[in-house]
Amino acid sequence: MQVSMTVNGEEVVREVEPRLLLVHFLRDELGLTGTHWGCDTSNCGTCVVLMDGEPVKSCTVLAAMAGGHVVRTIEDMERHGELDPVQQGFMEEHGLQCGFCTSGMILTARALLDRNPDPSDEEIREAISGQICRCTGYMNIVKAVRWAAEHQPAAVEEG
Amino acid sequence: MATVEERPVGFGRMHRKEDPRFIRGQGNYVDDVRLPGMLHGAVLRSPLAHARIVSIDTAAALQHPKVHAVITGKDLEEQGLAWMPTLSADTQAVLATEKVRFQGQEVAFVVADDRYAARDALELIEVEYDPLPPVVDPTEALDPDAPVIRDDKEGKADNHIFDWESGDRGATDAVFARADVVVEQDMLYPRSHPAPMETCGAVADFDKVNGKLTLWCTTQAPHAHRTLYALVAGLPEQKIRVVSPDIGGGFGNKVPIYPGYVCAVVASIVTGKPIKWMEDRSENLTSTGFARDYHMHGEIAATREGKILGVRVRVLADHGAFNATAQPSKYPAGFFHVFTGSYDLEAAHCEVKGVYTNKAPGGVAYACSFRVTEAVYLVERMVDVLADELGADPAELRLNNLIKSDQFPYEAKTGWVYDSGEYERALRIALDMAGYEELRREQAEKRERGELMGVGIAFFTEAVGAGPRRQMDIAGLGMADGSELQVHPTGKAVLRVSCQNQGQGHETTFAQIVAHELGIPPEDVEVVHGDTDRTPFGLGTYGSRSTPVSGASAAVSAGKVREKARQVAAAMLESSPEDLEWETGRWFVKGDPQSGKTIQEIALAAHGPLELPDGMEGGLEAETFYNPPNLTFPFGAYVCVVDVDPGTGKVAVRRFVAVDDCGPRINPTIVEGQIHGGLAEGVGMALMQQIAFDEEGNCLSGSFMDYLIPTSLEVPDWELGETVTPSPHHPLGAKGVGESATVGSPPTVMNAIVDALEPYGVRHLDMPATPARVWAATQGGPERGT
Repeated sequence: MQVSMTVNGEEVVREVEPRLLLVHFLRDELGLTGTHWGCDTSNCGTCVVLMDGEPVKSCTVLAAMAGGHVVRTIEDMERHGELDPVQQGFMEEHGLQCGFCTSGMILTARALLDRNPDPSDEEIREAISGQICRCTGYMNIVKAVRWAAEHQPAAVEEG
Repeated sequence: MATVEERPVGFGRMHRKEDPRFIRGQGNYVDDVRLPGMLHGAVLRSPLAHARIVSIDTAAALQHPKVHAVITGKDLEEQGLAWMPTLSADTQAVLATEKVRFQGQEVAFVVADDRYAARDALELIEVEYDPLPPVVDPTEALDPDAPVIRDDKEGKADNHIFDWESGDRGATDAVFARADVVVEQDMLYPRSHPAPMETCGAVADFDKVNGKLTLWCTTQAPHAHRTLYALVAGLPEQKIRVVSPDIGGGFGNKVPIYPGYVCAVVASIVTGKPIKWMEDRSENLTSTGFARDYHMHGEIAATREGKILGVRVRVLADHGAFNATAQPSKYPAGFFHVFTGSYDLEAAHCEVKGVYTNKAPGGVAYACSFRVTEAVYLVERMVDVLADELGADPAELRLNNLIKSDQFPYEAKTGWVYDSGEYERALRIALDMAGYEELRREQAEKRERGELMGVGIAFFTEAVGAGPRRQMDIAGLGMADGSELQVHPTGKAVLRVSCQNQGQGHETTFAQIVAHELGIPPEDVEVVHGDTDRTPFGLGTYGSRSTPVSGASAAVSAGKVREKARQVAAAMLESSPEDLEWETGRWFVKGDPQSGKTIQEIALAAHGPLELPDGMEGGLEAETFYNPPNLTFPFGAYVCVVDVDPGTGKVAVRRFVAVDDCGPRINPTIVEGQIHGGLAEGVGMALMQQIAFDEEGNCLSGSFMDYLIPTSLEVPDWELGETVTPSPHHPLGAKGVGESATVGSPPTVMNAIVDALEPYGVRHLDMPATPARVWAATQGGPERGT
């Protein structure tokens, strides 16, 4: 079947199997390997991307279901040579180690800050609670998101 | 962002060199590797724990239009590849031939155009099984009439693997005979799985023309893997290149060689195409290296005044269907014999018996430092059991029995020589940070009101940095590590190391080591790792051995470069090397600081026309194959505060104080991050993680819906403290730290939970302390695992 969607600001049209998962569409069809895959059960959240600005687990979204929607992945977070404050925050606060969960964490944090620019630690913990990190023990991820909240650019770009 | 001026030269906090690619999604993990013409493999797995294979029919799968090959155990048998050696001198089936021995065991390998087609084709393979009674319980595995799991081994008539002991049995029995107080406790360290976020996988590419195999693989030990592939597949070792690119977490899960890797290699040789194989999460949890599964009986002897005299332990170790434990070969129970912990005892003895069961193979994985995790859990729980018996305060009991600072180097009763320590100080700092006395007051008040609050303490000594070659090898390979340091003419350096980054930040830390030794900015040092064609031989990264072994290797190489730089500087300054003095980044003539030459100037001269002393070659480089003289022994004191809901049994970890001593910290930020991660893993072990089986040997923990991992909501903000006791034998004084928190935190959490349940007379609770188990304990139910 044919599927078309906007990915990172570009219209893409592909012929795919109806059962193709969005995560594999992004990785294998479009070569966007910054989105990772970690489980089959929607528990780990390493595959999180933004669909119409909201975090979705792309291992449980069919590419067909994303048809007509706007998808944003980690590859689109840095714009015009400027890192998103969340990306910078992860570096400043050592919010990552092996880097595998990082893409999904950054996108979830972006969505959180878009709707709540000044979240409390509890709100951050709640927002990332659908995603697993095995390396950091979460505290530095929380600090990274707080760093980003405190370093938001004046006008936040819409995803 | 820190400015250049703010960044330290050498040790200190700095941004990680790895981060720019990861925060942009530009890491390069094995599943990101794609080669022209690449095909995809998938593994057919056994649905039964124990069964004879009657027949395998692959005809329908081969008819699938996208399928290129189907490989079975029989096919491999013809090539002599059906079995491979394990890292514990046992054998493991690559693909099952006559029978399957655990649920999830590899039975056939399909190669197809894409991963979806490969999965489809698995459904088309018909396997007829003749079920056999499964052996699930390790105690029953030793029954004389238990089914024999390993009937492939000639003459094997039981499920026994090994008996091993350490310490002095007679002296220990004598101490126990005269002790005022002896308490004993059964405890299970349950089977768990490290579950890194990235599962295991490989891309195999065999170049027929040149006879060269390139294998991108999720491995923590690329060089050891290369040698083992050479031995298994009969390929010449110089024709094998193992590349371990970015690794999405290892925790020991990526030390062994798995059948899927070997199948990918065979399939690439058979089809002439590159083959990618990535397991899914269920395959990861049900078939790759598990951890723990130690069934322990501990005894502790003491005087009535609370002087601990001895510890005695019996362990039944469940190793699954193949003994594939990755550990130094002389130690079938790993470093479990460090179970005397941090205490000055008169005698100790342990016996460990290993058995086969119809479960996945493995045993040492998950940041356990070769079973130090089990050992520390045992002794730290036993000390609390003793405190309960004596009516003593667990902090006081520990303070009275810790090894004293002036006793180091301390020879433990099981043969270890602890290098350095200042234990009492670390524990007092942890108690102060926690506000121990205030916590006890709060607890007393809450108990009056029927609220359940617990305070847990644990003190651990780790044994990391395996290890001296005369004592420690894996599969015959001594546990040394190489490094090569080249300083280019412009003074920029490349360091090649044999250890393997899985998130530890080696590209940063190791650059800092060279920076520290040579006085150049860490930004000027490129660290190369994870490619056997580009790095020197060494045993890789696990058991917290990178800094103790590879880090030492890098420091020694940098020291050699600095020494050569002195010779070159002497030639440049027309002086004698003995007359030169070192300060950060430059050699100068003693008494004449203006006369110096920087490393950069020396590097250029070393590559230039300068006449060098007789016998000296040009260039500025050095290499080292570092053989550590001893392990390093980091330690720490942990305090945990929990609240238990008496209505539901739910445990909330309210606070966690961790004082760690790993010697000087090369990059404190990275060290703290490692500790954070280990603490979360410990909370997971204590509260939720267990790989469980039913009586048929079905794995009940095959997904993240069943095998629970802590999220951001189950762990608190960590409160870290630090003491610094250098290792006397490491060139930087540094000790390993990667697994300290995983070792120390489970008993701390469990001691806190048991403390909270004191009003119910609970003395011990097995992990994981699920709400159901905790609630049952408050109702007088079973405290041990069922």
